[in-house]
Amino acid sequence: MEPFTTLTGLVAPLDRVNVDTDQVIPKQFLKTIKRTGLREGLFFDWRKRKDGSPDPLFFLNQPRYQGATILLTRDNFGCGSSREHAPWALLDQGFQCLIAPSFADIFYNNCFQNGILPVVLRTEEVLQLMKDVIDNEGYRLTVDLYQQTVTTPKGTTYRFEIDPFRKDCLYRGLDAISLTLQHEPAIAAYESRGKAETPWLFSDIHP
Amino acid sequence: MAGKTLFDKIWDSHVVRSEPDGTTLLYIDRQLVHEVTSPQAFEGLKLAGRRPRRPAATLAVPDHNVPTTDRRLGIADQVSALQIQTLEDNCKDFGITLFNMSDIRQGIVHVIGPEQGFTLPGTTIVCGDSHTSTHGAFGALAFGIGTSEVEHVLATQCLVQNRPKTMELRVEGMLSDRCSAKDIILAIIGKIGTAGGTGYVIEYTGSAIEVLSMEGRMTLCNMSIEGGARAGMVAPDDKTIAYIKGRPLAPKGELFAQATQAWRQLKTDPDAKYDATVTLQAEQIAPQVSWGTSPGMVLGVDQNVPDPRTMSDEKMRNATERALAYMGLSPNMPITDITIDKVFIGSCTNSRIEDLRLAAGFAKGKRVAKTVHAMVVPGSGLVKQQAEAEGLDRVFREAGFEWREAGCSMCLAMNADVLKPGERCASTSNRNFEGRQGAGGRTHLVSPAMAVAAAVEGHFVDIRHWS
Repeated sequence: MEPFTTLTGLVAPLDRVNVDTDQVIPKQFLKTIKRTGLREGLFFDWRKRKDGSPDPLFFLNQPRYQGATILLTRDNFGCGSSREHAPWALLDQGFQCLIAPSFADIFYNNCFQNGILPVVLRTEEVLQLMKDVIDNEGYRLTVDLYQQTVTTPKGTTYRFEIDPFRKDCLYRGLDAISLTLQHEPAIAAYESRGKAETPWLFSDIHP
Repeated sequence: MAGKTLFDKIWDSHVVRSEPDGTTLLYIDRQLVHEVTSPQAFEGLKLAGRRPRRPAATLAVPDHNVPTTDRRLGIADQVSALQIQTLEDNCKDFGITLFNMSDIRQGIVHVIGPEQGFTLPGTTIVCGDSHTSTHGAFGALAFGIGTSEVEHVLATQCLVQNRPKTMELRVEGMLSDRCSAKDIILAIIGKIGTAGGTGYVIEYTGSAIEVLSMEGRMTLCNMSIEGGARAGMVAPDDKTIAYIKGRPLAPKGELFAQATQAWRQLKTDPDAKYDATVTLQAEQIAPQVSWGTSPGMVLGVDQNVPDPRTMSDEKMRNATERALAYMGLSPNMPITDITIDKVFIGSCTNSRIEDLRLAAGFAKGKRVAKTVHAMVVPGSGLVKQQAEAEGLDRVFREAGFEWREAGCSMCLAMNADVLKPGERCASTSNRNFEGRQGAGGRTHLVSPAMAVAAAVEGHFVDIRHWS
C-alpha cells in the first residue's frame, strides 16, 4: 500500500447525501475477479443521460474537475453494500482523499485498506468548502495527515480527527496482514485457550 | 463494576490483544465466503504466498450470480460463470468447504449459515457482505467486511477493530395482526435514519422482539446495516437453542450441552449501560412501504407520499425531490394508489421457510393481477425442498407466481433477474437504492404479506384490512 503523507490536489464536488455504494459502482462491475480497471464503473448511472450520452452536468464529465484527487461530498457517504469495489473504483479514478461530514462504517474502513484517506469535517465546514469549490475553478486543498489538517488556498485550516493506529498504518503504508502476523503467538495463545473453554468452536467443520 | 451488555460479553471474550489507543485485534470464529467479494482476497493470499489459518472455520457458497432458472443449463453470462468457477477453484486450492451450485445445500449465504448450524451464539462471524448482520439474530457479533478484510481473516483468523458503541433498540407491546419483523425494522430505520446506527452495534430488546421467531429475528437483524449499524443482535433464548439443535454443523451430544450452558449466560446484565437507547411501541407500527431511494424513506401504508415543499431542512428537501423524481411519484399521493409491475419475494431478508409459509397463506386461492409479474425465490435449496414438501410451490404457481431456484436474484440483480428501466417492484428485499434491482428500476420495500397482497391487487393495500 502506498503511504499517505500530504496531498495537494484539485477538488471535485458531489453535493449529495447518503451516496450508497450501489451508486459509486453498480452491480454489473462486481463480476470482475480483479481489483483494477474499475474506473469505467464509477458513478456509472449518474454519468449518463437517459439516452446513454454523457451528462455534461455531472461533475466527472466536466473538464474543470479532470485530474481531481480529492472528492468533497455530503453525509453518510458509502452507505449500503460492503463492496470494496467502491474504494477501488474511486482510487482508479485518481481520488486519494475523500472529505465529508460522515461516512458509513464499512466503507470508511475499506478506504484505509486501500491507502485512501477519508476526512471527516464538520457540516458547516463542508458546506463552505462545497461553495468555494463550485465558485472557484481550479480550487485545490492541501491535506496533511501528520498534522491532521485540511488547508484552503486562502490559508484557512480545518482540523480533523483520526484513530492513532489507523493514522500510523496509512502514514507508513503498512501491510495490515503482516502487522497482525507479528502477533502470531498471541493468536495461538488465544486459540489454545479457546479450545479448552469453548471446544465446540474449534471442532472442524466437516459437512 | 457495572454489568456488561450482550455485545460487551462477546467482544471481551474475543480480544486477542489491544493497542494503547484501544484498537483491538479481535478473534473471528467463523467466516462465510461468496463469489463476488472473495476472488481478490484469494488472489492476495496467493501473491503473498499465504495459506488460510483455519480453513475449517470458513464456509463458501455462490449466491449473488447464480441463475434462478434451470441449473442444468449452466450460466449464460460468461463473466458470472468465471466468477463462480473462480470461487470453486479457490476453495479447492485452499481446502475450504464449498456448497456448489448443484448442491441442495446451496443458497444465500445468510440463509445457509443458520440453516446448517454454522451460525452459533456468542461467536464472531464475518462475511464480505453487509447483510452479515443477519446472524446477530442468534446472539452472535456478526458484521460485513470488505475484501481486504476477507483476506485478513483468511490469513490470520483475526481483524483489527475499534470498539463500537452500543445501542439498545427496545420494541415493546404487540404488533398489529399481519404485521411482521419486516415492518418493525423498516419502522426503526424510518425513525433513526440510514445513518442513525453508524458507529453502533444494536441490541434489539423488548417484548415485541422476544415473541419473534428465529426467522423474524433474522429479518430484523439483517437490515441493521440499513440503519447504519454494522451489527444487530438479539440475546439467545430457548427458541435459539431449539433452532440450532440437530443442525448439521451444530455441536452434538456433550459439546452441545456444554455450549448450551455457555449460551444461557449471553444476555445483557440488569445493571449494564448502553450508549444510546431508542424505544418503539409495536402497536404504533403500521405495515410499512418504502417510497424513496433509501431505506429510511419509508411510511405506513395508510400514509401519503411526502411533500418536499413542506420540508424546512435543505438536505431532506433535496433528497426527497430527487427521490420522488426517480421513483416517478407525486407528493401527497396515497401509498395505496401506487401501482406495481413486478413482485419479488426473496432475498436474505425474507426468503426463509416461515416467510414462504406466510406468503403462501395469503396467496392461497388468489390470483396475481394481469398487470403484474411475480416471482418467489427461496433462500436455499433446502428451503425450496421444504416448501415443496409442504405444497407451497403449488399454491404459488396456482396463484400465478413463478417458483424459482435459490439465490440472491432480484435483490441486487446480478444475475438475469433484473427490472427494466421505469418498472416498479414490490420487493421483500432490503435496499431501494437507485438502480438496485436494475438500472432505472423502482423498488418499494415491503413484508412478504404486503408483497402478496400487492401482487394480487396490482397496487399496495393495507394488509390489516385485506380479505
